[in-house]
Amino acid sequence: MPLNRDIKKVLVIGSGPIIIGQAAEFDYSGTQACMAIKEEGIEVVLVNSNPATIMTDKEVADKVYIEPLTAEVLERIIEKERPDSLLAGMGGQTGLNLAVELYEKGILQKYNVNVIGTKIEAIKRGEDRELFRELMKKINQPIIDSEIVTTLEDGLKFAKKIGYPVIVRPAYTLGGTGGGIAENEEELEKILDTGLKLSSIGQVLIEKSVKGWKEIEYEVIRDSQGNCITVCNMENIDPVGVHTGDSIVVAPSQTLSDREYQMLRTAAIDIINAVGIEGGCNVQFALNPDSFQYAVIEINPRVSRSSALASKATGYPIAKVATKIALGYSLDEIKNEITNKTYACFEPSLDYVVVKIPKWPFDKFAQADNTLGTKMMATGEVMAIGRNFEEALLKGVRSLEIGAYSLEFKKYRNIDIDELKQSIKEPTDEGLFIIAELLRRGIGATEISNITKIDKFFIYKIKNIVDKEEKLKKLSLRDINREVLIEYKKIGFSDRAIAEFLNVDVEKIKNLRREWNINPAYKMVDTCAGEFEAETPYYYSTYEDFDEVIVTNNKKVVVIGSGPIRIGQGIEFDYSSVHCVLALKRLGFETIIINNNPETVSTDFNISDKLYFEPLTEEDVLNVIEKEKPYGVILQFGGQTAIKLAKYLDKRGITILGTSSEQIDLAEDRERFDELLEGLNIKRPKGRAVWSVEEGIKASKEIGFPLLVRPSYVLGGQGMEITRSEDELKFYLMSAFERDNKNPVLIDKYICGREIEVDAISDGEDVLIPGIMEHLESAGVHSGDSITIYPTQGVSQKIKEKVLEYTKKISKAIGIKGMLNIQFIEHQDELYVIEVNPRASRTVPFISKVTKVPIVEVATRVMLGEKLKDIGYGVNIYKEAEIVAVKVPVFSTEKLKNAEIALGPQMKSTGEVLGVGRSLNEALYKGFLGVGLDIRKIKNIFASVNDYDKYEFINLAKRLKKLGCEIYATDGTYRALNSGGIEVRLVKDDDILNFIDRENINLVINTPTKGNDLERYGFKIRRRAIERNIRVLTSLDTLRAVIEVMENRGDYDVYNL
Amino acid sequence: MKAKLILENGIEFIGNAFGDLQETVGEVVFNTGMTGYQEVLTDPSYYGQIVVMTYPLIGNYGINFEDIESEKIKVKGFIVKEKCKFPSNFRCEVSLDEYFKLNKIVGLEGIDTRALTKILRDAGTMRGVIVPADCNFDRAMEMMQNFSNKDAVFKVTTKQKYQIEGKGKHVAVYDFGVKQNIIRSFIKRGCRLTVFPAIASYKEILEVNPDLVFLSNGPGDPEELQDVIQNIKELINKKPIVGICLGHQLIALSLGGRTKKLKYGHRGCNHPVKDLVKNKIYITSQNHGYYVDLVPEDTEVTHISLNDGTIEGMRHKKLPIYSVQFHPEACPGPKDNDYIFDEFLKLAL
Repeated sequence: MPLNRDIKKVLVIGSGPIIIGQAAEFDYSGTQACMAIKEEGIEVVLVNSNPATIMTDKEVADKVYIEPLTAEVLERIIEKERPDSLLAGMGGQTGLNLAVELYEKGILQKYNVNVIGTKIEAIKRGEDRELFRELMKKINQPIIDSEIVTTLEDGLKFAKKIGYPVIVRPAYTLGGTGGGIAENEEELEKILDTGLKLSSIGQVLIEKSVKGWKEIEYEVIRDSQGNCITVCNMENIDPVGVHTGDSIVVAPSQTLSDREYQMLRTAAIDIINAVGIEGGCNVQFALNPDSFQYAVIEINPRVSRSSALASKATGYPIAKVATKIALGYSLDEIKNEITNKTYACFEPSLDYVVVKIPKWPFDKFAQADNTLGTKMMATGEVMAIGRNFEEALLKGVRSLEIGAYSLEFKKYRNIDIDELKQSIKEPTDEGLFIIAELLRRGIGATEISNITKIDKFFIYKIKNIVDKEEKLKKLSLRDINREVLIEYKKIGFSDRAIAEFLNVDVEKIKNLRREWNINPAYKMVDTCAGEFEAETPYYYSTYEDFDEVIVTNNKKVVVIGSGPIRIGQGIEFDYSSVHCVLALKRLGFETIIINNNPETVSTDFNISDKLYFEPLTEEDVLNVIEKEKPYGVILQFGGQTAIKLAKYLDKRGITILGTSSEQIDLAEDRERFDELLEGLNIKRPKGRAVWSVEEGIKASKEIGFPLLVRPSYVLGGQGMEITRSEDELKFYLMSAFERDNKNPVLIDKYICGREIEVDAISDGEDVLIPGIMEHLESAGVHSGDSITIYPTQGVSQKIKEKVLEYTKKISKAIGIKGMLNIQFIEHQDELYVIEVNPRASRTVPFISKVTKVPIVEVATRVMLGEKLKDIGYGVNIYKEAEIVAVKVPVFSTEKLKNAEIALGPQMKSTGEVLGVGRSLNEALYKGFLGVGLDIRKIKNIFASVNDYDKYEFINLAKRLKKLGCEIYATDGTYRALNSGGIEVRLVKDDDILNFIDRENINLVINTPTKGNDLERYGFKIRRRAIERNIRVLTSLDTLRAVIEVMENRGDYDVYNL
Repeated sequence: MKAKLILENGIEFIGNAFGDLQETVGEVVFNTGMTGYQEVLTDPSYYGQIVVMTYPLIGNYGINFEDIESEKIKVKGFIVKEKCKFPSNFRCEVSLDEYFKLNKIVGLEGIDTRALTKILRDAGTMRGVIVPADCNFDRAMEMMQNFSNKDAVFKVTTKQKYQIEGKGKHVAVYDFGVKQNIIRSFIKRGCRLTVFPAIASYKEILEVNPDLVFLSNGPGDPEELQDVIQNIKELINKKPIVGICLGHQLIALSLGGRTKKLKYGHRGCNHPVKDLVKNKIYITSQNHGYYVDLVPEDTEVTHISLNDGTIEGMRHKKLPIYSVQFHPEACPGPKDNDYIFDEFLKLAL
């Protein structure tokens, strides 16, 4: 059926802020969806609270609402815009849940909004546990048997019926405590007994254990005519038990015979037919490795992280095709854009291996438990393509930016075998490397497979790499001939790994490759394994004879992407990279992007003229550049990932557009930068590098407390802290030097002032500051974690002028051409500079959207030689917008067991939302709502603040009481409030955790004495609260803002930006 | 051992031989299936061909003795990017290498199979040899010139007629190299089968008085099977006839239609076919180098390929004759088209 002409205006819901489990993949799918609708001449209304997305660009949607994603807000938007249709499945679980909620509340019906694509009833059949089970039973699809029991008796009876082992999951307990796997009746009795006691509602779920089975996924598409295809299947290397988002995944499946492959394919198609999917769907199976027995784990009746991966792995644009289906088309009416000869109605055939590896945040949370399980913990992922498994795996490993270029982690060398074996019993983020170490020590593949339940096929592949590594160690450079080197390059060894194992300089290997003419060949991702001629230039490197890239003579620019999404380097950088490419296209350049993140818009093959899906290491990037010989390379938009390549590329004569490598170094080298500031007469907080505890104490006496301390060379995520006394400093220094005495600790004066931030563009003469931002929390909270306000609310004209003056001076002194980001502290009318980043920062999309200055485009043009004066946005500070916008950070710490949540100098947030209003209060109200803090619901508050904050908290507590809140407090806080004459209820120390469980607390205020200490009460309080989904504020600055909004609550409106 | 593939047009690929180290000659074709190499190897339709797998890792799940489409390897040679040394699957009995040794067939690994595929795609299917790396070029050319696959069907058909008992319809299977899963698909439907060799005459077939005549798949050019065509002509009007692949082409020729050679064939598990009667699309398993380019009089096209629009199925407007070009029995490939066997049996007397 062709296009449904009744559709005139479609509402698309995005997925909101980046959190663990919902990352950039929904910007990719949502952007594709919007474009697919727009190109049909249909109007798109887009709602998403996340400003750092391409989908919220005015070029992507006709109407853009950056608003909180709640049913209430959506109703207002629907009322205002009156869309006739809603596309539900593009915004992840958030978008899907909202669509269902709007439907159930009768809002869709009220405004005559028709759900297009997969219908609500079908979504419910796929999402509702009970409905889905019933349906699966009806169509004879095996599911994992489970039952909720409330007595020991029932539990034992049920387990007998389904057979052991069984998984016991108590309802509502902390992080799965009280659960476990029972192999027999005796064990079950024990576990079940504790489980029932621990569960606050006395309920336990008993489930047939399929732990250790293979986890296989299919990405399926169905149109309204009932035509079905599977785009791709994927095999999780980690067995069932590890969330697919935390698994290393390979596409296509490697260990399934055609019989197993087709059995599951047929099952997947039968399931989506029964559910009634009209669009894309992900189906997950558990497959017994020793038989044809399988079970359906779950389906996702929408596009997903897996569908984004499948799209990038095959070249098949799932989100786009799913959207076209929603608009009425059938699969045989949609062209395959890669070949332009075939239709969307076919199943891609791969002639390469794709490996996806998760990127975990454990480097930021050293204390967090890194045991992988059924809850996802990765923030992002990398994908790598090779012509063999080893090549894809090694490319993936070096894409992770964890300093690994091989499978050898030196830290495991001195750990004994038993301990290593013990540590792979439960999967962790470093399992791959521990397995490699065990193989290195001679442990057999079968034994490792028995322990880990990872298929032997993969263990043998890892072993092949390890064997080759060991072989290299025994060789010297003289033993290497062309054939040997080719052999290593073919299975994915980087020059650097080869050099390290041979104990020679990496340049030697590179020179040998040059001499022997060993260069990568680039192959195309064409969806059809070479069967048809393809037109879309999407490439990966491998070491084979025939290269498929046609290098043009056009003037071209290479843009380096930012790699996997991680805390500190998120989707904002992909936003900037994409806009840079689009700007370059408009300027008439051929554009080339290199990136390795499958979730992003930048790796959509429609964005740039050429896409190289490659690791972002020196070698891999240089290979592409040497092949393409671009006019220049742009690094400023790819975060630190790209910036850190500057020196290497510069040395090889590659033109880096904009700020040069030397200038970047000037900004990043602490000593050089200090000198520069001194020369400019710009202040920065006093500080110095110390090499011993004594030296540190001495320095503290000169500088004065409080002090901001951090290791100069950050290892394992041990980050910055604020110390307020000699004892605290001593403690910090002692443990820091114990860990690493080869590097100094940096000690800076901690100035507790107002933090001000600018993103600026400089052309070498003039600067343009699109907007000055102010942080709500005072300095000491990482800029990425504080609420950022634009335009500034309390910064004087004088200070603003100073900000401009400093920005100009610094830009000029460094010689910035393009972007820079400066963070200042204003304290007692003085302005200090705390940090300069010679690149685009995470606030670029936020400021671009609220000021309407296309920052990335302007910066790109400047880098190519244009002058700010001629571009049309003027110079100096751009005029302030009439609206107020706040960027509110979003955290995913509840998903990371034992992770510290208190705000501090180290960044912890994974995403952000925007709140827009006519006043600061309106903006903050919406910003809070966007992160799930509905201030209307704050009633019962539990407080425990540190001694530094007690005095100030008394005033805030008074205001809270006035607002009708009930306050509960721990001993110290209780006494402080009491002495301030505030009515407050005491919570005894030994009752705190139970109290949080018991009482209906809506907000916890806890300012930490010392973070990251698992044994302290404060830490436990914070963890318990967020795991109970209770909002925790760890800074009184944030609380003050919340109170302001509570006191000045008015109505809010929704705005089309 | 270093060995090489030499193509008719002179292009060479050097790799390593595996399996039984011998020279071989055949028509070089590529298959895009990502699983199912074992079914491909034993599919008699590949007789006379050297098959290149486009998926680079082959042999991962080893070889079992269940998923075979005939008792032996039928390809003349096999080319892969990488054969698996350590296969893993609960049914795995031997490795790819061992299987080739057992069957005395040569394989070639370690060449740029994607580059080879693109050559075959652009230049069309051509002959080739797998020979030791030091083989003389002229000798290789001579091998290719002397190669003929004309009697392929007679090499893979059953030597003797045989029967399989069943309580349902009686199907006479004209075996031109029938795949086991076709037989299994009929058995699954309770059919009684009498399987005839390709040299059987129509009289022998009529003698058993079947309810349905099935013309099987098989290797080679249908036009070369003139005797068979004559026999089929005799069966028309007397018995309902259905066919798959080569069988489909033979029906077309017997009714006065025309077949042609495809530039590089359809071989893989991902071919979309539109059922024009149901107006629905199915993903099919395919393996054919020839196709029906002109349907006979009084027949209608029932299926077309969505990739290149070629005919994938036809039905006679008056007579009970129906055939498909693709492989509804799958193995390897999607099971979506199993319904075709039910449609076949609807025509049975």
